[in-house]
Amino acid sequence: MEVFQYEFMRNALLAALLVNIACGIVGTYVVIKKIVFISGGISHAAFGGIGLGYFLGLNPIIIAIPFSIASALSIGIISKKTKIKEDTAIGIVWALGMALGILFINLTPGYAPDLFSYLFGNILTVPVSDLYIMLALDLFIIIIASVFHREFSSISFDEEYSAVIGIPVRALYFVLLCLVALSVVILIRIVGVILVIALLTIPASICRQFTYNIKKLVVASIITGVVVTISGLILSYFLNISSGAAIIILMSAVFLLSFFIRSILYRYKKLRSRKVN
Amino acid sequence: MNGNKEDTNKKDTNEEIVKLQKVYFSYADFVVLEDIDLNIYARDLLALIGPNGGGKTTLLKIIMGLLKPSSGTVVLFNKVPNLTRSLIGYLPQINLIDISFPISVFDTVLMGRYKGMGIKYTREDLEAVKNSLNVTGVFSLKDRHISMLSGGQLQRVLIARALVRNPKLLLLDEPMSGVDPEMQASFYELILELNKRMAMVFVTHDVSAISVYFDRVACLNKRLYYHGPKEGSLGKLEETYGCPVEILAHGIPHRVLKEH
Repeated sequence: MEVFQYEFMRNALLAALLVNIACGIVGTYVVIKKIVFISGGISHAAFGGIGLGYFLGLNPIIIAIPFSIASALSIGIISKKTKIKEDTAIGIVWALGMALGILFINLTPGYAPDLFSYLFGNILTVPVSDLYIMLALDLFIIIIASVFHREFSSISFDEEYSAVIGIPVRALYFVLLCLVALSVVILIRIVGVILVIALLTIPASICRQFTYNIKKLVVASIITGVVVTISGLILSYFLNISSGAAIIILMSAVFLLSFFIRSILYRYKKLRSRKVN
Repeated sequence: MNGNKEDTNKKDTNEEIVKLQKVYFSYADFVVLEDIDLNIYARDLLALIGPNGGGKTTLLKIIMGLLKPSSGTVVLFNKVPNLTRSLIGYLPQINLIDISFPISVFDTVLMGRYKGMGIKYTREDLEAVKNSLNVTGVFSLKDRHISMLSGGQLQRVLIARALVRNPKLLLLDEPMSGVDPEMQASFYELILELNKRMAMVFVTHDVSAISVYFDRVACLNKRLYYHGPKEGSLGKLEETYGCPVEILAHGIPHRVLKEH
């Protein structure tokens, strides 16, 4: 297709790949450990880092890295070490991060030019420098996830038993939250802080209906994510709509479709096993 | 049940593996456990009963070293709890298990062989998994997803996961929940068979089974009313009962114990 001859389109394709590697790995754990809303909180709080980046005149994506790690750890520490409930901690950090973002931007003289793209993302305007940041974060996520994949699976399945067999449950939970924070940073350019949670959770939710092997789930989520992201991108190009929105609407549609396919498959399987018996 | 004769042997010949002295535990201002003394010997089969919220799970967690007592001492295998986790098998309450989690029966049990970060599973570990699945009779289900099991099968898988570490002490938190009534007898047989190799603490609400299968009964309702071996203890049981057992078994448990 001729659309891919443009450099911004090639960058967009690379971004789609890089983003979905992080999403496939971390999203799988987000879904199976049921920390979707913690991830939502972290992604919105990351906006504070974007604002701080503007204020300091630095690359907002770089500043968002420590900022979202700090918010991930705050949610984790507040909910695990104090009596404050987890959903309360999420709500506070979520809103505080966004408020700080707005404050920093208010304090920044002049007009914040591409602020909107950090809120809703734009895969077509990802600069090459951000692709390198995404690549580095991806590599980090791959290394950590492959070192700790057994521990992450174990604490996601059964925290208590994991503690009994000697896994440092809480420390690894915090590590996992940090990985979520890094994925959020990778995703901000593509879909923006508001839509991050969809890309992080939908591919893994689609795929978990068809496999109960976590490694396969990660790989399938990456592939699904890449295919749907690129399809959404093409769709947005031809329909001339916002790419972030197109990707996520398409992804939700695929989720719905997969749900129906799963139900039909399940019924068929049941029917067949009844015949065998 | 020929438990009586064995009981005497047990006391004399078996080493003491768990010793709790004056253990207290509270969450903030709420006292969960009060003045607990408990001794468990190497071949004990101890039934732990008590009302919901009576502290049964908390007591198990203290034995495992997952919770530190507010005061009092816990000695396991003559050591502090943290160093003895490899000697303890644990079956959590089944309702804490998320059966939609993407994991197969085999991998669930393999988790029990975890030895530390970066230490890979060996062929020996895979063999151990096979063995425990055979012992609990669910080897044929090894490739299934855990959601494709009945309650009893899942309990057997979780027991296999606890056994795969070759524990000396097996802590079972309500292992009978989810087990079909017709499967319960064979389930208790499995427990008795395993008891030949290890001590067990068995949290249960099934008071009718206590008189049949268990050597010793302890009732926990903040305080521990420990009834020791069955012989001679039933009179004492009546006197000391501060324990509203009726909450836990449809209103008849006292009679069940008395009839015995």
